[in-house]
Amino acid sequence: MTYRLLLIVGLMAICAGTTMAESNDTLHLHEVSVTATRRLPEVIPVQSLSGEQLQRLNSNSVADALRYFAGVQVKDYGGVGGIKTINIRSMGTNHTGVVYDGVELGNAQNGQIDLGQFSLDNIEEISLYNGQKSRILQPAKDFGNAGTIYLRTRVPQFAPGETYHAKVTMRTGSFDLINPSALVELKLGERVNASLSAEWVNSSGKYKFRYRRVNPAGELAYDTTAVRQNGDINATRLEMGVNGTIDGGEWHIKAYNYNSERGVPGAIVNNVWRRGERIWDTNSFIQGSFTYGVGRFTTLNNFKYAFYRTHYVNNDDKQVKIDNLYRQRELYVSTANQYALTSWWSVAAANDFQWNDLRADMYDFARPTRLTDMLSIATSVDTRRFKMQASLLGTFVHDRLEGKESPADKHALTPAVMASVAPLCRLKELTVRAFYKQSFRMPTFNDLYYADMGNSRLEPERVTQYNVGLLLDKRFAGLLSHLRVSVDAYYNKVTNKIVAYPKGQQFRWTMLNLGKVDIRGIDVSTQSTFEPIGSVFVTVRGQYTYQRAIDVTNPADNYYRDQIPYIPHHSGSAVVNVQWHQWTINYSYIYVGSRYNQQENIRYNYTQPWYTSDVSLSRDLRVGRVDMRVLLEVNNLLSQDYDVILNYPMPKRNFRLTLRAEI
Amino acid sequence: MKRIFLKIFLPLLMVATSCRDDELVVPTEFDIVGDEQFGTGVRGLYLLNEGNMGSNKCTLDYYDYHTGLYARNFYSERNPQVIKELGDVGNDIGIYGGKMYVVVNCSHKVEVLDAYSGVRIGQVDIPNCRYVRFHRGKAYVSAYVGPVLIDPEAPRGAVFEVDTATLEITRKVTVGYQPEEMEVIDDYMYVANSGGYRAPDYDRTVSVIQMVDFKQVRQIDVDINLHRVKRDAYKQLWVSSRGDYGERPSRLYVLGKRAGYNEMQVIDTIDVACSNMAIKGDSLFFYATEWNNYTQRNTVSYGIIDVRTHEVISTNFISDGTEQQITIPYGIAVHPVTGDIFVTDAKNYVSSGTLYCFDRQGRCKWSVRTGDIPAHMTFLMER
Repeated sequence: MTYRLLLIVGLMAICAGTTMAESNDTLHLHEVSVTATRRLPEVIPVQSLSGEQLQRLNSNSVADALRYFAGVQVKDYGGVGGIKTINIRSMGTNHTGVVYDGVELGNAQNGQIDLGQFSLDNIEEISLYNGQKSRILQPAKDFGNAGTIYLRTRVPQFAPGETYHAKVTMRTGSFDLINPSALVELKLGERVNASLSAEWVNSSGKYKFRYRRVNPAGELAYDTTAVRQNGDINATRLEMGVNGTIDGGEWHIKAYNYNSERGVPGAIVNNVWRRGERIWDTNSFIQGSFTYGVGRFTTLNNFKYAFYRTHYVNNDDKQVKIDNLYRQRELYVSTANQYALTSWWSVAAANDFQWNDLRADMYDFARPTRLTDMLSIATSVDTRRFKMQASLLGTFVHDRLEGKESPADKHALTPAVMASVAPLCRLKELTVRAFYKQSFRMPTFNDLYYADMGNSRLEPERVTQYNVGLLLDKRFAGLLSHLRVSVDAYYNKVTNKIVAYPKGQQFRWTMLNLGKVDIRGIDVSTQSTFEPIGSVFVTVRGQYTYQRAIDVTNPADNYYRDQIPYIPHHSGSAVVNVQWHQWTINYSYIYVGSRYNQQENIRYNYTQPWYTSDVSLSRDLRVGRVDMRVLLEVNNLLSQDYDVILNYPMPKRNFRLTLRAEI
Repeated sequence: MKRIFLKIFLPLLMVATSCRDDELVVPTEFDIVGDEQFGTGVRGLYLLNEGNMGSNKCTLDYYDYHTGLYARNFYSERNPQVIKELGDVGNDIGIYGGKMYVVVNCSHKVEVLDAYSGVRIGQVDIPNCRYVRFHRGKAYVSAYVGPVLIDPEAPRGAVFEVDTATLEITRKVTVGYQPEEMEVIDDYMYVANSGGYRAPDYDRTVSVIQMVDFKQVRQIDVDINLHRVKRDAYKQLWVSSRGDYGERPSRLYVLGKRAGYNEMQVIDTIDVACSNMAIKGDSLFFYATEWNNYTQRNTVSYGIIDVRTHEVISTNFISDGTEQQITIPYGIAVHPVTGDIFVTDAKNYVSSGTLYCFDRQGRCKWSVRTGDIPAHMTFLMER
């Protein structure tokens, strides 16, 4: 019965291991109550991965897991320590927001979040929203991005009589990986609990890669295998959370610290197989949220203080030495308030205030401070078969420079409208949805003020999105127990795109609002669950994306109407998960079609498709009170030699072994 | 279930089967230019494309005057066995004694080829090498990083001497900070030091190297951030300063020997900006690209200077309006016999450039697509 209930309720719980369910019914019942709310389809496309499904995906980091989402392209520079950023629907990395437990992560310096830094160890759920999350009680900032990734960490849930949970995990494998982690959850009182999570990653980052070329006659030109150097990482993560509930509300406080030392492996070019660049990162933040509802009124309040320190050193004997230190601070407060006018009509307003600064010990880098004020109003209508939401966000940005004239203040008004309807009485599980959204990104501190290259006259880069889609989410009795199919077609327009433009003499650049990109695409994702024979569960996820993203800046350019760099026309993934008693086998396949590594779509810039198969096998067992799991993963099973980014070779076949114990 | 499979997963599988092929060595592409010339003594023109840093797209193009064919990406087809092709960021090219020397800055090497076939002879590893010049059987290569790091925080540059027969480094001399171009007059070498990595404390000197014992004997104070050095037929040196890209503009200086002195010194300042130049006879052809913060555009200027009188005799050597099509002029060369002027356009640095050929009257004869950042040219003489 428990199984059936789990499968019925939602896609989240599908992969819940059989042993887990046996060992801890209460925990899962709780999960059921959480996931039950997801039965109402979101107004606009959402994709998510959570719980067991996420844990079995052969992923090292959040970035790896995001490869299974439709419309997402991951830029991966290779290895455990390599930088990984994502691009949703070809709009550019800077248009993607990343929200960690309710508060957005920031990087005012370059606007990009390295998702390779976020381990999956304590992540409970990853969700990706195109446009924005379709709820109106959220910080004004959450209305601002063109697409947002929500990362939710595990929040303690105690069954009656339980006072603590503990989990210890050890991972090891290729690249000389040592990756232990621990999680302790404590019940401090009836309404207060705490969790502490710690993790250490150490890896030499060494892996073999191969370059092989043949001449047009088919004869071997060269074939060389080398070991990737200077890709080592040593990182620690410490995270502490305290959560509590009061009558009509709840509160959360979280402190986070990430410290790492990494080598920057760099491009592999002729005669250069090793580089001397290193980066030390310290990212710390403390954040809190408080939700309280009384009658028809609900309030959500967030705060955050963050400190980021990046130390970059170039020790390459052949190059001129560089040693730069960058320090960023961020202070953020937000209040969002919602009032339900009727049972089906709500209004909300939010106000966020953010302060950022950047200090760099670099010649001619201005010392900027930025004040951002965001005001949003939103309304939503929710009847049984029709949902609608509209929002308007006003953003006001004031930059101040130390010892220099400040640029003019910038402001933008960005509306969004979204609606979904279940058109058929006989098939209520089918919904049709559409959204229109405007958004923008502020030029980053690097775009504006970076020594010599920055251009303080930049305007915000703007994006307009149109999306229509269908969702079918249906349960059946019989072999196929659950089917979810969604299809979305979209048209995005990027204007005032901030691009590097050559200036003056020699090899020098500036940033200009020059680019225009026209993006048309289709995302298809499916998920289905089968029960072919007793106690065998098969879950299949598939995802396909078609994108045509062309540069429409200037007809005089060589690359006018050419596909923009690193965006494949076709990409997709498939995941098959089979469970039988305590055994689970997982197969994942990723395909990224041919791309061009520069703007011009010519032979010299052509990059071949790549596709990898990853397999994992796990066994759950229970020893006394302890639940244990052994997980063996083989990644890039067919050992394909590929580059995601030109001259950044990816690892050949590699392995990982995970041992986990939990009470 | 079967239907679902057919409808959903089959297309996915079909996409997945559009597979990888063997990676090919990048083939040469030919364009018909047609400007065939015989009897000038000049066989062809090599053009080195720098390629954006990290892209490993330094490529070599060749135009042949006998066939009228332009060959794009000539190196990798001639040398398919070279791992990762020609390299990352080409910075200079020169021909001496039947050998061609290609300086590949971010691959830290000078590639030596047979000038007539383009087949590789060998390579000389020189860290952060910049420019190459020749003198009495030796090649001289300037490099940003000196052999001995006296002050590791601010290493001075060096000039390396390479024996053109053995391709061995024979001598080296430490000069100023981040040295660029060089010229030799009367057994003294003059090296422009930029100090470009030390902004705002740019170097402002030309190093004088006595070739007999290969020692720096003097540094001539000129201006900040020096780059180009060209000699004319009157033993004068034309030295360009890049300025500081802001308040201080680019300038062109003339170094010569005043009557009664045996040392080179600044004898004139030409009130023009200069990014690059080429001299033929008494004419110095130059262009300049300067960024204007107010208009948010590059200002491009072209001109001719009479090297005897130091007068600007023309403010544009292009007469037919073709300059409107050129975004960023990046290289210049003058045909040693016909006087045809070659100008390259690097456009946005990350897409194919264009090579323009103008006749002596400044009319565009032909243009052709090149590799990324076409920059450095050298003429191949007939055997």
